[in-house]
Amino acid sequence: MSTAASGLAQIGKSVVIKGELSGSEDLYVDGHVEGSIALKGNSLTVGPNGQVKASVDAKGVVVQGKLDGNIQASDRVDLRKSAVVTGDITAQRISIEEGASLKGKVDIQRSDAK
Amino acid sequence: MSSVSQTFMKLFRGSSGPDVSPAQGSQKLTRRSSGLGELSRTWESAENLCVLDLGSTSPTNIRHFTEHGHRIYSEDLLTASTDPELLTKDEQGNAVLDSRKFLADNLVYPAAHFDFVLCWNLPDYLDESLVKPVVGRLWSVLKPGGMLLAFFHTRDAGPDSPCHRFHIVGADTLEMQKIVLRREARRGPTGAVHTAISDGFQLQRVFNNRHIENLFRDFASIKFFLARDNVREVLVVR
Repeated sequence: MSTAASGLAQIGKSVVIKGELSGSEDLYVDGHVEGSIALKGNSLTVGPNGQVKASVDAKGVVVQGKLDGNIQASDRVDLRKSAVVTGDITAQRISIEEGASLKGKVDIQRSDAK
Repeated sequence: MSSVSQTFMKLFRGSSGPDVSPAQGSQKLTRRSSGLGELSRTWESAENLCVLDLGSTSPTNIRHFTEHGHRIYSEDLLTASTDPELLTKDEQGNAVLDSRKFLADNLVYPAAHFDFVLCWNLPDYLDESLVKPVVGRLWSVLKPGGMLLAFFHTRDAGPDSPCHRFHIVGADTLEMQKIVLRREARRGPTGAVHTAISDGFQLQRVFNNRHIENLFRDFASIKFFLARDNVREVLVVR
């Protein structure tokens, strides 16, 4: 795992990680991750080569690759056109590009409903 | 009329059907839908409903329901039915799809979970071996009183009727988007790359009214809306 000058941690496309991932900085995953990802207050981006099989708890989640697991976002979820997501999404806001594939529930939780 | 005595059928020659004006490009058409209009009256006046959309993932539909405060589940059953691992053989040795495996991987929800199921044109394009098992599963995941909307081609539609995606753009208005051709590049035995063009999904059969009534025989009621575009809209209530 590398950390760019911008403070973004990156998991390259040849990296395979199994287990619990947690942190307090934004994370970019272009490799394989299996387990769970907890980034409360920070964002997760699954790159176009990324294959994530994990439950995700983060502030924001952007998916360009494949994500198999439930997403809990305290802010927003963006599914880009190449995204393939299998799992339930809970967020305050969601954006889904044409071409993205989702198998699962979308539950928008308004901030005033908390 | 039907083997289910409580079943009642109403025939409407409504104003459903496509508009001549295309929307947002040549591949999208808008059509009025009486069945959708009837469903909309319910979901626009209620809160926190649970909706299952069985078409291709539609950002428009997801936005439509989440803006109304409902929960939406999206599951593209037609694409899921193309999984090669589903292929098996029946007792006569004919190639069929394994409905048990299909239902073990798809439509896995608690009983009586949904208020609405949007089937769109799924039954017309789904493999024969999956249609009845899927409808049976849909009955079990719908709440009593829950409603299901499905579209069926009439005989006049012809076997080449394109498979569409449906986006909800108004209370009784749908945007139809033809499922585009898929180009598959494969390397042949000589190493040359061949580009196969498949037409997506083919119309599998044409149900008549009796077939449709039999298909939904376990449901409490069924209502037909005849559209102008050789489509029969069917609204069933569990």
